[in-house]
This record gives sequence, C-alpha cells and structure tokens, in this order.
Amino acid sequence: MQTVLPYLLSGISVGGQYALIAIGYTMVYGILRLINFAHGDVFMVAGLVMVYLSASLPIYVVIPLVLAITVTIGFIIERAAYSPLRSAPRMSIMISAIGVSYLLQNLALYITGGMNQMYPNIPFFTESVSIFGATTKRVTLVTPILTVVLVVVLVWLIKNTKIGMAMRSVATDYETSQLMGIKINSVISFTFIIGSFLAAVASLLYFSNYTTVIPTSGAMPGLKAFVAAVFGGIGSIPGAVIGAFTIGICENLIKGLDSILIQTGIIQQGLGLTTFSDAFTFALLIVILVVKPTGIFGEKVTDKV
Amino acid sequence: MKTSSPLSKQAARSRVPEIITGCIIVAIYLLVFVLEQVVSPGSMLFSVLKKGATYALVAASMNLLNGFTGLFSLGQAGFMLIGAYVYSIFTIPVEVRHSVYQYYDGGIIQHTLPFFIALILGGIVAAIFAWLIGLPVLRLKSDYLAIATLGFAEIIRAIFQWGFLGPITNGSNALRLFPNFDSMNIRQGGDPSAPVSIYFSTTSAFIIAGICIALIFMLVNSTYGRAFKAIRDDEVSAEAMGINLARHKMLSFVISSFFAGIGGGMLAMFMSTVQAKNFTSGMTYEILLIVVIGGIGSLTGSIFSAFLFVACSEWWLRFLDNEMFLTPPAKIQFIVVAIAIIAAISLLTYFRNRHASPKKRKRVYLLTGIADVLLLGWLLWFQFMGGYQMPLLRNGFRSVVFAVVIMTVVLFFSRGIMGTKELPDLIRDIGRSGQNLYHWLCGKRGTGKSLKGGANDV
Amino acid sequence: MSESILRVENVTMQFGGVVAVDNLSIEVNKGEIVSIIGPNGAGKTTCFNVITGVYAPTNGAVYFADEKVIENHPQGKMKTMYKGQNAGKYTSVATPTPDRITNLGIARTFQNIRLWKSQTVFENVLIAKHMRRSSNLITAALHLNAKEERAMRDEADHLLEILNLQDVRNEPATSLPYGQQRRLEIARAMATHPKLLLLDEPAAGMNPQETKELTEFIARIRDEFGLTILMIEHHMDLVMDISDRIYVLDFGRPIAQGIPSEVQNNPDVIAAYLGVEEEEDA
Repeated sequence: MQTVLPYLLSGISVGGQYALIAIGYTMVYGILRLINFAHGDVFMVAGLVMVYLSASLPIYVVIPLVLAITVTIGFIIERAAYSPLRSAPRMSIMISAIGVSYLLQNLALYITGGMNQMYPNIPFFTESVSIFGATTKRVTLVTPILTVVLVVVLVWLIKNTKIGMAMRSVATDYETSQLMGIKINSVISFTFIIGSFLAAVASLLYFSNYTTVIPTSGAMPGLKAFVAAVFGGIGSIPGAVIGAFTIGICENLIKGLDSILIQTGIIQQGLGLTTFSDAFTFALLIVILVVKPTGIFGEKVTDKV
Repeated sequence: MKTSSPLSKQAARSRVPEIITGCIIVAIYLLVFVLEQVVSPGSMLFSVLKKGATYALVAASMNLLNGFTGLFSLGQAGFMLIGAYVYSIFTIPVEVRHSVYQYYDGGIIQHTLPFFIALILGGIVAAIFAWLIGLPVLRLKSDYLAIATLGFAEIIRAIFQWGFLGPITNGSNALRLFPNFDSMNIRQGGDPSAPVSIYFSTTSAFIIAGICIALIFMLVNSTYGRAFKAIRDDEVSAEAMGINLARHKMLSFVISSFFAGIGGGMLAMFMSTVQAKNFTSGMTYEILLIVVIGGIGSLTGSIFSAFLFVACSEWWLRFLDNEMFLTPPAKIQFIVVAIAIIAAISLLTYFRNRHASPKKRKRVYLLTGIADVLLLGWLLWFQFMGGYQMPLLRNGFRSVVFAVVIMTVVLFFSRGIMGTKELPDLIRDIGRSGQNLYHWLCGKRGTGKSLKGGANDV
Repeated sequence: MSESILRVENVTMQFGGVVAVDNLSIEVNKGEIVSIIGPNGAGKTTCFNVITGVYAPTNGAVYFADEKVIENHPQGKMKTMYKGQNAGKYTSVATPTPDRITNLGIARTFQNIRLWKSQTVFENVLIAKHMRRSSNLITAALHLNAKEERAMRDEADHLLEILNLQDVRNEPATSLPYGQQRRLEIARAMATHPKLLLLDEPAAGMNPQETKELTEFIARIRDEFGLTILMIEHHMDLVMDISDRIYVLDFGRPIAQGIPSEVQNNPDVIAAYLGVEEEEDA
C-alpha cells in the first residue's frame, strides 16, 4: 500500500485534470463532430498567460484574468478558424484545427523564446500535506474535488437551462435544430467558452503540480484527454470523467510499476516500463475503438451534448 | 445496335503535355546534377533539396492515403520512424557498432546490408506494421481512424525507446555513423577518405524519391488507383460495384506506409542520426500541412509544396529569426512597405466582402478599420519614438509567420496550389489558354477549346 | 417454367423494433423482368439492400442460381426482440459483403443516385470494370497490363455508346441532367457483367419521353445481354408495359403477385395502392 499510494494519488489528481480538458473535447465533438486538436494548446496557452501575468500582478487578480483570457482565446479560435468552414468537408475542419495547434505552439515558442517557464506558486495549492503517510501537494487533493463539483454544475447546467437544452438539441440533430430556430453559432461559441474555461481551470491545477510550461506542454495532456473522451464514449460528460480518471490512474501506476514490482520483490531489476506510460493510453484507445467504438457510455443518448 | 469505333473519341486526346512533363522532369534532374558539381557542397541549397525530396516522397505517400483513398490517417511519423530505424540498424558498419551501441555491448545485430536493400527493408517492415495495425483500425470512421493512427505512432515511438530493446534499437540513444547522402558522392578509387570526384548526394536523393513517387503515380493511374478514388468518393457504391473495401483500404494503407518507411530511411540519410524522440506527431502534422498546401489529391502539388515548405522553413524565411537593425532610410522604406501591405490587405477585404450581407459587411469593415487604425498608430509611434531595431524579428518569428501563412491557405485557399490537377493537366490548361489567347489576338476567339479533346473546358 | 435465378426465402428485416420487411419470398426466373411495387416505406429498397448484402437480414435466406448466398437468423439481443415468423428455421449464418454479391453476378443501381462525384462519366464506368480484372497489383501498378487496360476502356466506351452517353463521355458525372445520371448508373452496373440487374427506381425524375426510351432500353438489354431484371418502380406505365411478373409490397409484407393484368385487378392492391391509378386509367 505504501508503495502504491503515491502513484495512486497523483493518478487521481492527473485524472481530474484530464477530465476537465476531456470535457472540452467531448462537448465540441458532440456538437461539431470535430476533434479540436487545438484544445490541448489552449490549455498550454492558459498556463503561459498565468506565467506572464503573475510576474506583475497579485495572484488573486491573475486567476480570474487567466480564466477570462483563455475563454476569449477559445472563442476567437472558433470564430476565426472553425466557423468559416461550417459547410466544408469534415477533413478540412480537422486540418484547420491542426493548423491552429501548430500556430499556437509556434506563437508560444516565439514569445517564450524557447525557454522553460516556471509556473508561479499558487499559495494554497502548492503547500505540502500528508495523507496516509504519503506526502503530496495540496493540489492533488483539491483536483478531484474541484473536478467533481465543476462536472456536477455543468451537468446541471446542461439539463436545466435553456442554453443547455439548445446544446443537447444541437448535439442530437444539427440541421433540425437550425430549422427550429436555435442560434447554432451562439450554441457553438458557448460550447467553446465552457471548454476553454475548464481547460484554464485544468491548467491552474496541472501546472501547479508540474511547475514548468513549454510550448509543447499541451500536446500530450490534450491527446490523452481526447482518448479519455473516446474511452468514456464521445459526447458523454460522465464518460469523459470516468475515462480521464481511468487513464490518469493507469498511467501513473505504469510509471511506478517498476519500483512497485521491485519493492514487493516480484522482480529484481527494472523493466523500463516507464517508457510506456504514454503509449499505454493509446493502446487503450485502439483496444476500445476495436472492441466498443462507441466507448463505455456511448449508447446513452440522453447524456449526449 | 450502333457499331462505330469506340476508340474514335479517345484518339483525339493529345499526348503533348505528357511529353513536355517528361522533358521538364529530365531537365530538373540534369539541373540538380550540374548544380551539384558547380555550387559549393556546403550550400543551404542542397540541404533544402535533399530534405525537400524526402518530404516530397512522404507527402506523396500520405496523399495516396488521405487524398486518393480518403482515409484520414495520422500515422506517418510512426512509419517513418520504423523505416529510419530499420535502415540505420542494418547499415551501421560492423566495426563502429561498438561505439554506437556503447551501452548495449555493440548490439545484437552484426550484419550490414547495402544501403538500398536496407531502405527497401525499412519500407517492408513499415508495411508489415501497417498491415498489423490496419486489421483493427481500418474499419473505423474518418476521425477515429485519425486518432487511432496517431496513437499508433506514439506507441511505436515508445517501443523503439524502450530500454529492453536496446540491443536492437539502442534504446533512447541516437543511432549514427551509418551511410548518409554524402556517402553517395563518388570518390576517387572508391576510397572513403579520398577527395570527391563526382558529387552525387543530392542527385541520389532525387533518384530515390523520384522512383518511389513515379511508382505511386503509376499506381494512382492504374485500375487500382481508380478503385481507391471510387472508395474516396462513395464507399457504398464502390462496394456495390464489387470493390472489396477492406482489401483495397488495406492495400492503400500498406503501400502508403511502405513508401513512408522508405521516406523515413531517406530522412535518416539526411539527418545522419536517428532518435525516436524526433518522430513526433508534430512531424505528421507538418507533412499533412504540406499535402494540404499542395492540394489534396495532387501528387505534383505535394512535391511542389514539399520543396516550398522546406525551403521557406529552413532557408528563405530564416532572416525572420535574426534581429536586424535599420538605417534611417531603410526605416522609412520599411514603413512605406508596411503601409502598402496594410492598404493592400484592407482593400482586398473590402472587395471580397462588398457583396456580403449588410450585417457581416458592417462587422468586417469595423474590424478591418480598428486593425488599420491600431497598426498605423503603431507605425507612427515606431517612426517617431521607436528605435532602429526591426520590430518583431527574433528567434522563432519565422515559425509564427509560417504558421500564419499555412492557416491562410487552409482557410481561404482550401484547394491548395494544384487542387487535384497533375503537371500534365496544368500544361494542358496553359496550352489551351495560350491557344485561346493566340486565336483572340488573331481575331478568331473561342476556337481553342475544341482543338484538344481532353478534359472539359472551364 | 424456366430455371430460377434469384430466390428470396422468408426474409425478415427488423431494425430494432421496426419490421421493415416481413417474411418476404420472391422468385425471379432467368430472363424475366420482375417489378416490385408498393407505396413509400413498403420495404422495397430494404429488400434490395438485403439481396445485395448491404444489410444482413434478421431471418431468412437468399439463393442465387440455386446456391444459398445469404442466410441469417436472430442472434444476441435480436433473439428476444424478433417479431417475425419462421424463427428456428434457419440456423447457419452467411452474410457476404456487397462486393462478394456483385462478384457472383448481381449488380444494382441506387434510388438516390450514388455516382462517383469527382470522376467523369467514362471513369465511372471504367472503375466498375475493376472487379473483373485479371491483373494483380504489381502488373497493374507497373502498367504491364496494357492489353487488359485497353479492353477495359473499349468495353466502357461500348457501354457508353449503348446507353447513348458518348457525347458526355468526358463530363464530370454529377454535371449531367438527372435522366442521364440514371442511365449512367445502369451503364456502371452493367460494367460489372451481371447476370441479374437490380434497378432501384430507374425512371425517377425522368420525363415521359425519357421514360418511354428507358422502357424500350430495359427490354432491349434483357434480350441482348441475356439479363434478368428485378426493379423497383413507381411509373405504372413502365411497370405494366414490360414486367413479366409483379410483386406488391405493403408495410413490408407481400400482398399480391402475378402477371400485370392480375395485379392490376387484385382488390387488395387497389385498396392499398393502385386505387388512384385505376381511376385515372379508366
């Protein structure tokens, strides 16, 4: 237990962060049938904005600003790069998304000059706490709680508000919703706003833990969050959350598998399995796509957004 | 039943454009060969040409899959990695293996193959992997296929870095000291230390890429290529007309991966070192963007844009990465040019949106106006208050400009440079407009179109 | 009676709880022109989709030239949901993909025209010849099959000529008027050398003149190519004119069959479908 616990804890924490990103993917896919490849980079940009703003402003001003700026960026990306291609083939929008991702990464590289950026300390998050004898940052504990709270709020929002209803309607049938007088463009913008907001929250939590931001920081978490969304059944919010926690925990356990196995005396020498912590996610993806392409929650239409 | 000769229609099609194309290709090869003898071998030109040839092949292989068969796959970097590793593992001379595999006792493979056999072997291994991965994933729909192949490339990258396979792959360490393009130069008496008598490195890159692309081109224009296009256009009717979807998709995937593997081997020859961490999804994205810029469904476009892409990113736009100081007259020139560009773009926006809906027009004009005011204000500030350093230019700006250009192409010129046309089609078009112009000049307009019984007139 | 070429036996097709085709049996003899008629939503196109392998039937079998090619029975969830008859009669499973069926000699056209959009008229026909190729990948890719390639092109041109499409040979397929697109679909289907041709509303969108030409044309290709034709059609003139026999479907169920005059006077058919048509004719 002592050997497994730290990995489990950080797995749950990372899982929560993936979950927040994954919701952005799953909602956008639900409505536009688009893998928003730039979403992970929006997450990275949120981290960079935090770095730059906190250099001159106090932390309690910076956090709301970061959320606001990230949301604006998400909104602008949708308007500039995706909405002109509404009637284009799906491949074109996906290529546009890849282009935006490329642009954001290059922009980040230019602005940072290629240097690793140290993420500022958010006092409450970064303090050490100990739980069952394992020491960890407080953010590890905050993440799952915050994730669950945000998800509950979001699900409530989608179930009970007018815009939520519009989102569900657009996700079920794009054309009919349009004919019924739903303002497609505002629904889509709103989806991107929610997605970017959650990505910004995720970036606060994620980078408090990992402390450095580089232009490619967003690529891997983004891809993994997408896999989580597919795993849970794309379009389903609870599915994305469960998928994200599964991936976060498995990935961290694999990272620690060598040392766990050595400490429990099963093997004498490391197998170098740490290399596969990223690959595992994708292996899981291929397996799930082959076995059950709709994901674990894929069939439940009611939760689709 | 009518019984006129069915061939009478076909015979009218002229072969001249194909012949001109052949001549152009031969001329390019001769030019490259001559340049290589004349220009200093350290020139950036050859680096660009070699990398361009490599990327042209990989882009063509991706186009075969994405453009001609309509399968959106993002696994290219993974197959290139396989090709690159297989090539380098089998070509490192036995006597230097100890220094390359220094952590793994010289590795377990102690054979060296001739470079072209290793290249083909790289392609074959990549194709075998493609077949294995294709069995489950080719059944998936477009974007799921994209993400699954992307994931596959990541898995491959992890496997090749795995310490356990170190005796074969050298783990996460680089492979090096294998024959690269410079080894293709012909030296006096075949002695590797002797001076070069005939430079052949760039030409050899062109020859390898050229043969492979020619094979892809011939495939695309065969009955199999036509079946691929049918699958792209409509899977349901393709299957109803007896085209076995699973088999043909697999064929296209395996062939594309075979050539991507060879492209990976060429990339290894170009870079002289191979390390798994370089074959990221970013590489796949770059190749995809090359295909898009060139035109999805045009091999000529892929080739052309590969060279353009490499030249811009490695060479022509390099100045954007360097800080630059202006003399006072140069500063004024810069400001004049900047204002001209701003004016041109504003006018273009104005004309493009002239007939848009009033609401959209108002919004576009407002945004353009605000942007103009801001930019001009900034230019004024720069003229009177700013220093003499060229603004914005510093490390990384090249990539930003480049990314903006690519986004512009993706959003506004989605057909790319060539659309779905190939070089002979282009020549045919030029020929036709030339004829029309000629007839127009002679006062007999509009007769040019009947002269060549090729594709329909626009 | 001549030999049977197609036999659909007790086919039921159920989508979830909806029964689209209910215990349908059809027999088509060699050289016949057989029509399936019925109101919209009667399950006619679904029946075609079952015969051509697009859908695996929920229960039942299809025989082509006296050989069983398709067979299925309710499995998994369907076992409890199955509403049709003959449960338990079929035990084995054979669900070939559409290309296998086409390979056996059944070709079809589509109700909602599905030509290959980016290809020319000629290429649409040429591509359909791919299935009957004898060259393999290597010989084809290296263009060593020039003789076959020429033969393919000649045959494609020949078909265009028969269907009177050679004037638009190099036009993009989708730029043609509706009637020509339908004819091109027939040309494309015939390029696969079928024994049985399934036509899904071949005259839809055609004007009376074109319909008349099509009627003659269908009779002509039957004779010249020794084809058997099974078609779905709403134009009663065409159907009554050339059909040897007619099946009438309503709500997935066969309600009548027989030679045109029999069907025309069948009270069930009149009630379900032809009532209006009769009054107009009278």
